[in-house]
Amino acid sequence: MNSGKIKAWAWVHKWSSLVCTVFMLLLCITGLPLIFHHEIGHLLGTEVEAPKMPADTPRVSLDRVLETARAKHPDRVVQFVSQPEDDDGLWLVTLTPTPEPTEDFKSVAIDARTGEVLAQPKFDEGFMYVMFKLHIDLFAGLAGKLFLGFMGLLLLVAIASGVVLYAPFMRKLDFGTVRREKRPRLKWLDLHNLLGIVTLVWLFVVGSTGMINTWADLIIKYWQYDQLSTLLAPYKNEPTVPVAERASVQRSMEVAHRQAPGMKLSFIAFPGTSFSSPHHTTFFMRGAEPFTSKLLQPVLVDAKTAQVTAAPKMPWYLTALLVSQPLHFGDYAGMPMQIIWALLDVATIIVLGSGLYLWLKRGHAVRAPAAACRTPQQGEPQPDSSPAMKVQA
Amino acid sequence: MKHRHAFRRMWGWPIVLGLLTAIGLVSALFSDGGAGDVLAWFALGLPVAVCAWYGWRRN
Repeated sequence: MNSGKIKAWAWVHKWSSLVCTVFMLLLCITGLPLIFHHEIGHLLGTEVEAPKMPADTPRVSLDRVLETARAKHPDRVVQFVSQPEDDDGLWLVTLTPTPEPTEDFKSVAIDARTGEVLAQPKFDEGFMYVMFKLHIDLFAGLAGKLFLGFMGLLLLVAIASGVVLYAPFMRKLDFGTVRREKRPRLKWLDLHNLLGIVTLVWLFVVGSTGMINTWADLIIKYWQYDQLSTLLAPYKNEPTVPVAERASVQRSMEVAHRQAPGMKLSFIAFPGTSFSSPHHTTFFMRGAEPFTSKLLQPVLVDAKTAQVTAAPKMPWYLTALLVSQPLHFGDYAGMPMQIIWALLDVATIIVLGSGLYLWLKRGHAVRAPAAACRTPQQGEPQPDSSPAMKVQA
Repeated sequence: MKHRHAFRRMWGWPIVLGLLTAIGLVSALFSDGGAGDVLAWFALGLPVAVCAWYGWRRN
């Protein structure tokens, strides 16, 4: 690679990183507690758990669960009902003023065996909520998400250009060399290169899956337009089915389970909400295998008649979105993986921080070669004579 | 063969560690508390160990 090319790549690396670094530092720092959000929830006592009962304890009707939840918030509508992946003794009912997407929601946790309210968890306050919002949208809704997604794109550009620059910087050095005895800038440059190249694949995967996640809202909107609009053509111009005219949700759920045998319920989207249609209660089922449990199969059940209208196959872009979630969260192989995720996150913070340091101290690199102009000793590394060092200035 | 040697010297470890990372990330997707998870811990743990080893080592 000639020095002109190196210069160009260095320019790309410098500017793509400079623009996104502050936001990436924010994402790394807020992401750190989010890796352990379940465990932190346990410690803070904010995680709701159903009391232990024999697995075959009979369940109350889902209709009764919904009545109980509505009675707590008579002025609201049920938007979603979900069941934690590891605890089917619990229903989590989400209520909002209208079926439209909103930040204003109340949650009621109900015991699936007794039908009693266990808690009314508040997901919109506290330390973890602030971390969560800063991490996903900077408290700025869709615009914030897409902005962070763009920063993620810049991160990918910075990673790619960083890999290209790794070669000229490391030409005379063995893998893992950290020149500590020289100037601190050299030490941090070596650490930046070392940690950057070792965490490369992980950061690229976490960065790109994070970026894909910022498009979730748009992907779901597109799915409705792309796949659901033809399915829903017969219902065109009909208003959202009023609660009074809806069939039993318990019966609808049984019908959905028969349609997707061997699958487990992930969540239910009620008529008029963003994951359903105005005329359907949509049951999102997940597979029973380790991999298929990360994918969802929607079953659209007519809200009035409790008949299955359709169980459309997930298009590839929704599958990609769903698979990108565990790859971003690192929550799919137990506590050891969460710890590894956290350590790699810390390594990334060091890469970002050292990159920023190298840029702030760039003036020294201009002066340094002059100081290093003495005749090098035989066998002594000559870092400053490499073209890579010169282009940084 | 000098050229190939130089390539391997520079990119050998980065490629090995990158492949290990990829294997770890994917293997755990197909496992639920099984061998795939354990493989992932080692495959992803090794790059972390390499970071720590070279990052902390005093010459």
